[in-house]
Amino acid sequence: MESKIILVRDEFTAELEKAENSADLEAIRVKYLGKKGPVTELMKGMKDLTPDEKKAFGQKVNDLKSELTEKLTEKTKFLKEQEILKEIESMPEFDISMPAALGEGSYHPVTLVQRECERIFKTMGFAVEDYSEIVTDYECFEALNIPKHHPARDMQDTYYLENGQLLKSHTSAAQNAIYKKYKDALINDGVPIKAIFPGRCFRNEATDACHENTFFQMEGVMVDKDISISNLIYFMKTMLSEVFRKDLKVRLRPGFFPFVEPGFELDISCLICGGEGCPSCKHSGWLELCPCGMIHPEVLKAGGIDPDEYTGFAFGLGLTRLVMMKYGIKDIRDLNSGSLKTLTQFIDE
Amino acid sequence: MFLSMNWISDFVDFEGLDKLELIRRFSLSTAEVENEIFFKGSDISGIVVAEIKEVADHPESKKLHLLKVDAGDGKLTDVVCGAPNVRVGMKTAFAKIGAKIGEIEITPRALAGYTSYGMCCSEKEVGISDDNSGIMDLPYEIANGTDIKDVYEIDDIVFEVDNKSLTNRPDLWGHYGIAREFAALCGRPLKALDTIDLSEYNSLSSLDMKIEDKLCQRYSCLQVENITKAVSPVNMRIRLYYCGMRGINLLADLTNYLMLEMGQPMHAFDSRKVEKLRIKRFDAPFTFTTLDGVERNIDENTLMICNGDTPVAIAGIMGGLDSEIVEDTTKLTLESATFNAVSIRKSTVRLGHRTDASQRYEKCLDPEMTVPAIARFVKLLKDIDGGIQVTSSLTDEYAERYDDVTLSFDKKFVDRYTGIEIDNATIVKTLTSLGFGVELENDEFTVAVPSWRATKDVTIKADIIEEITRIYGYDNFDIHTTATPVYPVRPDEEKTLEDKIKDILVKRFSLHEEHSYVWMYHDECKALGIDIEDNIKLVNATNPNIETIRRSIVPTQLCQVKINTGFAPDFGIFEVGRVVEGLKADGLCNERKKLAVTLFSKTKTAEALYFELRDIVATVVGDIKHCELSYAKAEAVHSYQHPRNLNKIICKGVEIGEIGMIHPVINKKVDKKGLVVYAEIDVKTLSDIEADAIRYEEPSKFPGIDIDISFVSEKFAPIGEAVKAAECPLIKGMEVVDTYRDEVGQSITVRIYFAHPEKTLTKDEVMDVVNGIIDDLASKGIEMKK
Repeated sequence: MESKIILVRDEFTAELEKAENSADLEAIRVKYLGKKGPVTELMKGMKDLTPDEKKAFGQKVNDLKSELTEKLTEKTKFLKEQEILKEIESMPEFDISMPAALGEGSYHPVTLVQRECERIFKTMGFAVEDYSEIVTDYECFEALNIPKHHPARDMQDTYYLENGQLLKSHTSAAQNAIYKKYKDALINDGVPIKAIFPGRCFRNEATDACHENTFFQMEGVMVDKDISISNLIYFMKTMLSEVFRKDLKVRLRPGFFPFVEPGFELDISCLICGGEGCPSCKHSGWLELCPCGMIHPEVLKAGGIDPDEYTGFAFGLGLTRLVMMKYGIKDIRDLNSGSLKTLTQFIDE
Repeated sequence: MFLSMNWISDFVDFEGLDKLELIRRFSLSTAEVENEIFFKGSDISGIVVAEIKEVADHPESKKLHLLKVDAGDGKLTDVVCGAPNVRVGMKTAFAKIGAKIGEIEITPRALAGYTSYGMCCSEKEVGISDDNSGIMDLPYEIANGTDIKDVYEIDDIVFEVDNKSLTNRPDLWGHYGIAREFAALCGRPLKALDTIDLSEYNSLSSLDMKIEDKLCQRYSCLQVENITKAVSPVNMRIRLYYCGMRGINLLADLTNYLMLEMGQPMHAFDSRKVEKLRIKRFDAPFTFTTLDGVERNIDENTLMICNGDTPVAIAGIMGGLDSEIVEDTTKLTLESATFNAVSIRKSTVRLGHRTDASQRYEKCLDPEMTVPAIARFVKLLKDIDGGIQVTSSLTDEYAERYDDVTLSFDKKFVDRYTGIEIDNATIVKTLTSLGFGVELENDEFTVAVPSWRATKDVTIKADIIEEITRIYGYDNFDIHTTATPVYPVRPDEEKTLEDKIKDILVKRFSLHEEHSYVWMYHDECKALGIDIEDNIKLVNATNPNIETIRRSIVPTQLCQVKINTGFAPDFGIFEVGRVVEGLKADGLCNERKKLAVTLFSKTKTAEALYFELRDIVATVVGDIKHCELSYAKAEAVHSYQHPRNLNKIICKGVEIGEIGMIHPVINKKVDKKGLVVYAEIDVKTLSDIEADAIRYEEPSKFPGIDIDISFVSEKFAPIGEAVKAAECPLIKGMEVVDTYRDEVGQSITVRIYFAHPEKTLTKDEVMDVVNGIIDDLASKGIEMKK
């Protein structure tokens, strides 16, 4: 009997050694520990033994059973570990350096810069206005103190339409409508007019790296009882420093624009060359960025505002030029090229 | 315009001042100075006056001469010289050994076998003219060895002002006006112009001159005889040359000099050709040859100077060939006049010919300047040629005067406009230095605008503010914020909508925002087979390719897709842009803001791509307006539209736009393998639709029930519409589970999800609704699959 136990153990051990997967283990479990297995057989064979022998031999069979069960569990555990190891081994190592496929959408760069400017002005209490691209001669010129035959009309090559309307040559064309929209609140309730109006402008001229017939400006106006030149400079300096996120060098020069008096040209140090001179600043180190000035009394009058009582300032930011400076775009035509190779780079926000 | 600091110094004493700093301040206070400043004469040194003592021909060269020159250093120097005008006794400019001309340093140099110890110089070599025909021929009185720079004004600082920045300043088109600005900037007096008193000729007979047209504001003239000199003084020629003009002859140079000094264009006629001066226009067009020899077409709007009925000059633009000063001219008639600025500008444009004179007249010159200009001219001429005789009285007709401009304001006005404190004394001093007459009484200013600023430039009080502040200096301003009350700012709804649309399309659907032009690109559209639909046109487009304004952004986007087909197998673009849908009843353009979205795919089926775009549109509207869209079949009316898959997009009963496939002919031209679908929405129409409030409904706690039904049909199956039409509140959703298509037709399996808020549903409870849907579809020929 004793020898039978040894035999079972040896056979079990040998078979267990060969087992490769959980199916093999299950087969071994059934074969040795199942109802018809040798352990059960040994138990059954004890019926002819004396009680003492039964006790001693029973103990041995039970020990065998525990031993086999334990070995089986151990082997199961071992095989599971092996399987996991195998799975890990079979997993390829990824090349994280491969380019990412982001599939991100993109904003037009003008939108990004426009929004940034809008945000800055909103924080300063300015309303953001929207205006049409096709305007009347009155809006674009007459209401801005630019009567017919005024030399200023020569400065702007305007696209005229068959019905006498025109493609707005500057965002100032929206001024009159904005004064009329807000003048009642100004006069009756003392609410100052503070508005910006970004928009597309058009000039009938040949295009090259620095000239486009379609581009964006952003006009801004502020009208109240005591708006001064000092206020104008403050706002321009503050706003531009916010836009470019640094304390910029700026300078003001007298500039002639019929709709402001006094009028200024505001220059900032060139952002591409840092002031040393490059083609985009015509080698001067300065960039003419922003015409501005105190709103001409005739312009206020045309908007229904009494210039003896109210003063204000206006400015026109070259939004397209701002975009070019911010992103280092050298050819203005890239912006309207429609090329996704260009545009998909602007995934900001 | 080039400006000479030497010339300006005639009128302002800059002693002890930094001229470059003054030019910088001029740029910041008056008009923009170009970046490059020219230091004339700075590259010339060591050139002295020398006398040619001996001249011998070079034995082997016909051109070269062997000279011995006395450069004032007590010896004779050997020089080899190729100039044709050398002669014994001539004084010339001599570059000694060690002298510098530009980059070249003069060293002993062998020329054809002889060594030259220096170089005799032409005017061109000294840098004072383009004349290189011979060496300089200097007056004998000048001592040998005198530095040439002590003889002539060769050293000068010349700067250029952008003409555009002088558009509104007629007074700045001559050095005298510029000098006035410099005087004001440095606080020094402006010297008066040296002139003669023309009244001494009052007893002489006047000239026969008559203004016969209101376009001439003033005409002043004077006759001068016995001019013997033909060449202008060197210093005068140097100034003209430095300012970009070439010396011609004494009279031409003098008129140019006057123009550059006072800004007043002048003209000298041969008196024989202008015995009966008339200023007028002609009734009919004719041709006229100007003094540059060009025959020009003159029309009835162009003002002419005439001798009786014979035109002799185009007023304010250019003289005629037949009346110019010639060799045997003994008498000249000097013209100094003012003409209507707009008329001159228009004539210039018609003639396509802009001159230094017309450029000035366009700016509204001061008519008060015509007579002083003549007085200055005669003074300069007399200084040069003492024997000249004035043989007429000043003949002057002043047809149209500008009104005197007097402006009154108080100190408070200045304070309010500037926002800083500028004291009364500074205001008075500034305005006075600029030529304004100023009276101050108890903080009340009365300012008389000088004639040279009153033609159009300074007309209102705000103009005076500019005068005060620009001289004060904007860099000196103390800057501060406003003290205005704060009010809420309400965002523009359409603008907000536009921003939201862009965010959804970029961030959620990974589309790319495009910008484009508001006109149709004829050539590009034609290449794709897109019709150029009739619409309002530009009247002055230089390029016929862009003359028609677009009615839709879709053709634009098809052109954009076309250039990007190689970018990726699948992509989507969008733009919020403008179109014009014809004219409104009032004749103005019906400008509309549109959202256009176009998807391109080489990998998806047409249906998948179409539904992808539909879902994008539905999401945009759903996110913003919290409502569902419906669709209706639309008829194709544009060449690019697909005749079959084209739908109107309807939001709360309002048509907001359309969605469609592209017509296969055009689609294939965009790309042979890729499919294109588009949607275009009217932004204002969408914006005007009131958004639904978000309605909260507590989710049912009870299990719902899914019913799957399959339908077969040969054609388009409006199953979605049928489910919606059932209007059953228990229906909480629907999805397409499976679609199968073959040649015969299609099979679609949909799953409808029912739920009840208060109880568990059984199949029996929903079957009535399901059967209703099935019957509805059956009536349209769509059968349930058994």
